[in-house]
Amino acid sequence: MSLIDDFLARWHEYRRPGYYEEFDYHWTMTVDLDRCTGCEACVTACQAENNTPIVGEDAIARGRHMQWMRIERYWEGEYPDVKLRAIPMFCQHCDAAPCETVCPVSATYHNQDGLNAQIYNRCIGTRSCAVYCPYEVRYFNYNNHHWDEPLDQQLNPDVSVREKGVMEKCTFCIQRIRQAKDAAKDDGRRRVQDGEVQPACVQTCPTEALVFGDRKDPDSAVSQMLGNERAYTVLEELNTDPSVVYLKKVDADAA
Amino acid sequence: MQRRHEDIKFADVNNDIVRSLVETGPRYYVTLAIAVLITLACFFFPWFYQLYYGIGAAGMNHPTVWGTYLASFIFWIGLSHSGTLLSCVLHITNSEWRKAMYRSAEAMTLFSLMVAAMMVMVHVGRPWFIHWALPYPNQMELWPNFRSPLMFDVMAITTYLTGSSIFIYMGSIPDFAAVRDRTTGWRHHMYVLLSLGWRGTDTEWHRLGWAYTFLAVLIIPLAVSVHSIVSWDFAMSIVPSLHQTIFAPYFVVGAIYSGTAGIVTVMFVLRKYMNFEHYITKVHFDNLGKLLLALSLIWTYINVVEVFTGWYSNDSAELESLRYKLFGFYAPLYWEMILFCAVAPLLLISKRFRTSFVPMLILSIAINIGMYTERFLIVGTSLSRQYLPDSWGVYVPSLVEISILVGSIAMFCTLFLIFVKIFPSVSIYEVKETLPAPDEGKTQWQATH
Repeated sequence: MSLIDDFLARWHEYRRPGYYEEFDYHWTMTVDLDRCTGCEACVTACQAENNTPIVGEDAIARGRHMQWMRIERYWEGEYPDVKLRAIPMFCQHCDAAPCETVCPVSATYHNQDGLNAQIYNRCIGTRSCAVYCPYEVRYFNYNNHHWDEPLDQQLNPDVSVREKGVMEKCTFCIQRIRQAKDAAKDDGRRRVQDGEVQPACVQTCPTEALVFGDRKDPDSAVSQMLGNERAYTVLEELNTDPSVVYLKKVDADAA
Repeated sequence: MQRRHEDIKFADVNNDIVRSLVETGPRYYVTLAIAVLITLACFFFPWFYQLYYGIGAAGMNHPTVWGTYLASFIFWIGLSHSGTLLSCVLHITNSEWRKAMYRSAEAMTLFSLMVAAMMVMVHVGRPWFIHWALPYPNQMELWPNFRSPLMFDVMAITTYLTGSSIFIYMGSIPDFAAVRDRTTGWRHHMYVLLSLGWRGTDTEWHRLGWAYTFLAVLIIPLAVSVHSIVSWDFAMSIVPSLHQTIFAPYFVVGAIYSGTAGIVTVMFVLRKYMNFEHYITKVHFDNLGKLLLALSLIWTYINVVEVFTGWYSNDSAELESLRYKLFGFYAPLYWEMILFCAVAPLLLISKRFRTSFVPMLILSIAINIGMYTERFLIVGTSLSRQYLPDSWGVYVPSLVEISILVGSIAMFCTLFLIFVKIFPSVSIYEVKETLPAPDEGKTQWQATH
């Protein structure tokens, strides 16, 4: 009987809404589309930081690009009256992530920092997470990749190199978050302070369109941004509850 | 009941069916050799290449990460549906015409499930870790994700495979015993083992009948659940045009539809090449034809509903997905599917069509081509057009994928060819139940039927 009681107690604990709220961090990023120029510096920085393979021309032609961070380009209007809309798109770290429920081996899960984590070693490559993801930000290793000399010398030692048959995606540079948490612990502090950790894309963005931080900290830069009236999340109607918040571009002509 | 039946004696049934097991002509060996060679060359060779190179050997790309492998998986699971399911339904409804055809139909279930399991192995990126999807105790205390529809799938298919295997084996025990008593040498030893010491006492028959009906009742909901769960792999996603409540019945009906067409094909081949003309007759084709007609109408209805609800939703992503399916890159395939699965089967209204063998064969193959197309379109068109237009793409299968599809058909044929030489492919004892008993007058038999 106690076994069942125990199970029920745990069940209610895990099913409680706001379960994740009790953990220390809720990492969040805001993307200010008014500042974004679509320069793709973040794409390059991400590629360098996370050992994302350079797949080559053939693979790109076959639609097998690997970019954890990509700039989606949308044109509005007819030539010559054309406007370019650039939207950086990467893993939205949804709190109700469709990809997490579908993985048969729990290779992708939600960790205590509000991150959608991917365990490469556990992945068996059903690719169902990529199907379920409405943002199309999961990239599959269709084959093993190699880095030509001397590019293999610049691989980031903090990030694993993924093998064929494994899914990968943006991690919010989890290796940097880990490092910042360790540093904070060494200093005898319980929490990482705002600004101590930045993913590669945020660090690189020349217009500071990207802001990263902890939503739990009310004074953090990202928390300030969330109150902005331009804030929205992509495909909000799907109720995935993303951790990436976009700030709408204000059309100067319309205003 | 057909007239020819009255001329068959009990002994003839034994003779005919044991003959089909022990007398093997060169034609059989040549066919088997070809099937094995095609399996090796078209299935295993490309698969090993793909294992070495990675899934990149197939044509899948960024938005369309699922391709023909998964389509083939659904197709084979679907084909498996009619065999055991139909056999069970007809058993509990006491349909006489089931008795000559159920054994091979059940074998079809078993082998298509096996091929489907192979397609999963081909589909996943790292098949050497596929056992992680099974809930087995391990020192890392890691379990599969019980929330995942794919996990449900693993459970459902293993259960169905186990259930169907037991069902076909149990139904064959008296036949193994009959064959045991008629064979010599290694065959005799094999059938001694397979027949589990069956002696044919009243108690044994009673227990067999009871257990058989029990399993039949058990397997019907199981079979329905299996394809519902396969449909959930898709319907539980939020991909436009996959996220539909109608998917479970759609898949189940589609499965039984393609499975029944598969049975017609198999019946034709068995009748023609195993000399079972007396056992598999026009009655069977007529009845299967009626079933196919009914299924095609239900299937068409569900397709109409699917398109209508998609249009009625007026959701931009849903509308684009629908437009792409009906008029986009894959549109010729869509209309081919409609032609083969919705229009052509209307011919079955004519009894003359249902009772002619060659047209039925052609139609049954056409239906299965159409049903394969349906599965391909479910995967291909939906994934190519999802929410973000920046990530739209087109998927075309590669040579490796096409080769593996051909190879999987050859693998199915190989398994079936081996089966017909080990299992009595027409049930000896149940066919006898439809015949007049040796000491019974013909008039009496006619009166009871």
